[in-house]
Amino acid sequence: MDKYPKKLLVIFAEAALEKRLVQDAKRFGAHGYTICDVRGGSDRGIRAGSWDNDRTIEMKTICSPDVADALAAHLLAEYAQDFGLTLYFADVQVLRSEKF
Amino acid sequence: MIDAVVLFFILGVIARLAKSDLKLPQALYEALSVYLLLAIGLKGGIELNKQSLQVVLPQILSCMALGAFIPMLMTPVLKRMGFSGVDSAVLAAHYGSVSVVTFAVASSYLQREGIAFEAHAALWVAVMEAPGIVAGVFLAQRELNRAKALEGKAVEAKRNWRDLAHEVLFGKSVLLLVGGLVIGAVMGQDGLKPIAPLFTDLFKGVLALFLLELGLVAGAQLPEVKRYGLRLLAVGILSPLLLSLLGAGLGKALGLSTGGIAILATLAASASYIAAPTAMRMAVPQGNAGLSIAAALGISFPFNIVVGIPLYTWLAQKIS
Repeated sequence: MDKYPKKLLVIFAEAALEKRLVQDAKRFGAHGYTICDVRGGSDRGIRAGSWDNDRTIEMKTICSPDVADALAAHLLAEYAQDFGLTLYFADVQVLRSEKF
Repeated sequence: MIDAVVLFFILGVIARLAKSDLKLPQALYEALSVYLLLAIGLKGGIELNKQSLQVVLPQILSCMALGAFIPMLMTPVLKRMGFSGVDSAVLAAHYGSVSVVTFAVASSYLQREGIAFEAHAALWVAVMEAPGIVAGVFLAQRELNRAKALEGKAVEAKRNWRDLAHEVLFGKSVLLLVGGLVIGAVMGQDGLKPIAPLFTDLFKGVLALFLLELGLVAGAQLPEVKRYGLRLLAVGILSPLLLSLLGAGLGKALGLSTGGIAILATLAASASYIAAPTAMRMAVPQGNAGLSIAAALGISFPFNIVVGIPLYTWLAQKIS
């Protein structure tokens, strides 16, 4: 079976950002995404998800390395100063390259 | 005498402070809030079609003006107290907007005390949600500009206005309140009879459940309140007290009933913790969201439902 290398970009962000993250992902050329509600914490506090302002989402998108880089750079520049935001990349393999 | 629903709120706070594992599922909270907004809207709507526009229109305009005026009044005072310009404007926007649940508790209190009030008061709630938020965003933008915001920001702010308008006009609280008002006004008492068992008879029970959840959330805010200290405590308690005077004065000027004056005083005193935080987070991300929530939900909401509402009612009885 043929496998193709792609980048997985995982974004943890305040739920308030969901709409904008989706718009940005599409604009930068990601073909798809998934989002789930999560909760967690860090040195800076706990986000228990008990109230609208306290909710956190995890957004995943699989795309080409260029798209992932450009999207991540944009997100950092646009939101990191005022919003809670965590990003990481991972190498993944997909079966249908054209889908991503 | 304290209302039973308030005890549910206190139970929620105690559960949180005792670190109980009690937790209402997210979906239930969403469902309860949809129910409450619709029920409040429907109830107001039934009475609305009995009112003439000449009576209602001045009330609508005055309520909107009051909502927009409150942030303008509060922002300079908060800045004087040492909060940053943006934080002051964001915090003030929460007080300019209103709390639907505080309104629900006030109407249930008045009903139990046997004090009549304008039954279309839900309309006031619906029109008071947005103006405070919009005024707050303007004020915050001015503070940001004043703080020599970067060049690019002005462009971004323009785009935000459209999102903000969408957020405050089609956000679930205004949509459901106005939707309920319209359905209630169109259908009238008889038309709504088939759904009355759900939306009228069960109202107080659902309100009690919702307050239990709010108690849990408010309880979780207490460490935050402690973190911000006495200054925020003063804001959370003095703001409702002083703003209620504005509301009561306006109610008197509009010639409202005793109950109506108490309701308007309560609305002026209440701070939004559902619509405003979401809208302000999007429009003014530079502001400290935790500060506003701690004041609105951690201090002013409990203060209003336990101490404020009986006090505002007493005030209304004195001046009417």
